[in-house]
Amino acid sequence: MALLSFERKYRVRGGTLIGGDLFDFWVGPFYVGFFGVTTAISALLGTLLIVYAASLGPTWNIWLISIAPPDISYGLALAPLREGGFWQVITICAIVAFVSWALREVEICRKLGIGYHVPFAYGFAIFAYISLEVIRPFLLGAWGFGFPYGIFSHLDWVSNTGYQYLHFHYNPAHMIAVSFFFVTGGALAFHGALVLSSVNPAPGEAVKSPEYEDSFFRDTIGYSVGTLGIHRLGLFCALSAGFWSAICIIISGPLWTRGWPEWWSWWLNLPIWS
Amino acid sequence: MKRFTQRTALVAVGGLGLALLAGCEIGPKQSTQTGYRGTGADQIVDVKHAVKTAAIPPEPYPLPPDGGQKAGEAYQNVKVLSGVSTERFNHLMAEISQWVAPPEQGCAYCHNPENMASDEKYTKVVARRMIQMTQQINSTWSPHVQKVGVTCYTCHRGNGVPQYKWALPAGAPHPGSIRGDRHNQNELSADAAYSDLPTTGFADYLLDAKTIRVNTTQALPKYDGKGASVQTAEESYGLMMHMSKSLGVNCTFCHNTRAFAAWNLSRPQRVTAWYGIRMVRDVNNAYIGSLQSVFPDNHDRKGPHGDPYKVNCMTCHQGQNLPLGGVSLMAQAPALWGSVAAYTKGAAAPAAAPGPVPVALNAMPATAAKP
Repeated sequence: MALLSFERKYRVRGGTLIGGDLFDFWVGPFYVGFFGVTTAISALLGTLLIVYAASLGPTWNIWLISIAPPDISYGLALAPLREGGFWQVITICAIVAFVSWALREVEICRKLGIGYHVPFAYGFAIFAYISLEVIRPFLLGAWGFGFPYGIFSHLDWVSNTGYQYLHFHYNPAHMIAVSFFFVTGGALAFHGALVLSSVNPAPGEAVKSPEYEDSFFRDTIGYSVGTLGIHRLGLFCALSAGFWSAICIIISGPLWTRGWPEWWSWWLNLPIWS
Repeated sequence: MKRFTQRTALVAVGGLGLALLAGCEIGPKQSTQTGYRGTGADQIVDVKHAVKTAAIPPEPYPLPPDGGQKAGEAYQNVKVLSGVSTERFNHLMAEISQWVAPPEQGCAYCHNPENMASDEKYTKVVARRMIQMTQQINSTWSPHVQKVGVTCYTCHRGNGVPQYKWALPAGAPHPGSIRGDRHNQNELSADAAYSDLPTTGFADYLLDAKTIRVNTTQALPKYDGKGASVQTAEESYGLMMHMSKSLGVNCTFCHNTRAFAAWNLSRPQRVTAWYGIRMVRDVNNAYIGSLQSVFPDNHDRKGPHGDPYKVNCMTCHQGQNLPLGGVSLMAQAPALWGSVAAYTKGAAAPAAAPGPVPVALNAMPATAAKP
């Protein structure tokens, strides 16, 4: 990959969190760093373990390969490798890889002197994963509540776990999360359309400035959030979607065990009208 | 100003969080894995909120030995239990008054104390039919009730009319208008586990013999006016919500939700439920339906359309996967195991009541789940 002419200017030393100058170098376009090394090792180890565990399984069909967590009877203990132990080690590898990647992003931010918005945002994805595989299983007292590593099998887990609460659309946090996902998609579409409309004026006319964009939305809905604001809004909506997704599964089981529709009976039982 | 706003926001968020938590179950959970590890087939119950087995009343007195004079010989107008020994007949009567009759009425709930043989009280006619029903359930429907069986107490729990029952819904309040017509959905009823789903499934599946085959067998099917529509799917979903709520279980107790319809992916419990639906249908038609003219109109025994109150899963299960926690009362009521051969004067002693031998009533679905 070619190095852009101006890019050398931004390749500065320092800013590392750990390891000093030891891993402070680039391989091609990629910054390495201590956390780049830990990412590479844990990602490779986890992937090889998936392949090895798959080789012990009944199929090489890519859709059907599944590395499942231990039985619930193992609780929060370690399980034999072939009875969920692989899943446990792979989960540790995944968490190390994801967190290392986030910390590598932090180091790059520090080198450039920019804010930590990108690792912060990525942290929500890690939080969602850890919610599913660590926090909720921990609260329920068994690693067996985590989802399995397989293309179809993890979808089966999602379906069955949802139907444990009879009708998951009644989960209040799921409602909020879904709403944020829709709003995120909608906001991104509006933003993208607005930018493209400004830079694609009628033939012969100059590209339009952000004032035109603001005016469009002021004329339409009375308010424009602005060029910087739309990105803050987009980040907020997207992170909220991931955050409430994590919440909606953490509360399913640890904080509510019946059908989600029934949860809403607190509303019916409010002393105002009950 | 900024500080004030921050504090207000903090109070609002904190208060909202507390309000949301107030609707939650904080206590310890009990989990059961019901499928292969990692498939998400689990039952998780909050110990504090789990339905506890109701107190079962002690036997009025120990079951007397069989033999001696038959009830049909000693008493007049004994039609169903004439082949039962007098001692055991009286024992069963004492149990029934304990299980069903209000304590202050006792025997007089069904009988005229001056003439116990008289059928003048409708409750006695109903009770006779209900004894036949219980015998039918315990013998013919053993694929559902298995060796635990049912007695009057399974449903009645000391009430003259069982607590959980249903009747045909009243229908639109303004016929010919959409005003106020909920189509039996969005009613926040425990019958649909508080979902918006319709409760019309009771009439269609537990009274009429509509089949629950709403899963399509092809991708992106076009509705041709026959077979399953969105409405029938919702109706069956509503019935399934009722079944889950009644048994205190979730969908994965019977189904692998990857393919609800596939028997080879389902748990054997689904077979039990399949028989249960047909058992309830039999009860509602052959037994309760046959009493329509017997039940009085003005006695809180009938729904808005004048049909007698009927049973559904909740009538027996009452929030437990095994009614009464799986406790069988059959040992103390052997006459309810199946029909008892009638007493005929001078005939040899009748054979004992048949035991709970599972009888396949209907052909099972071709691909029934293996236990």
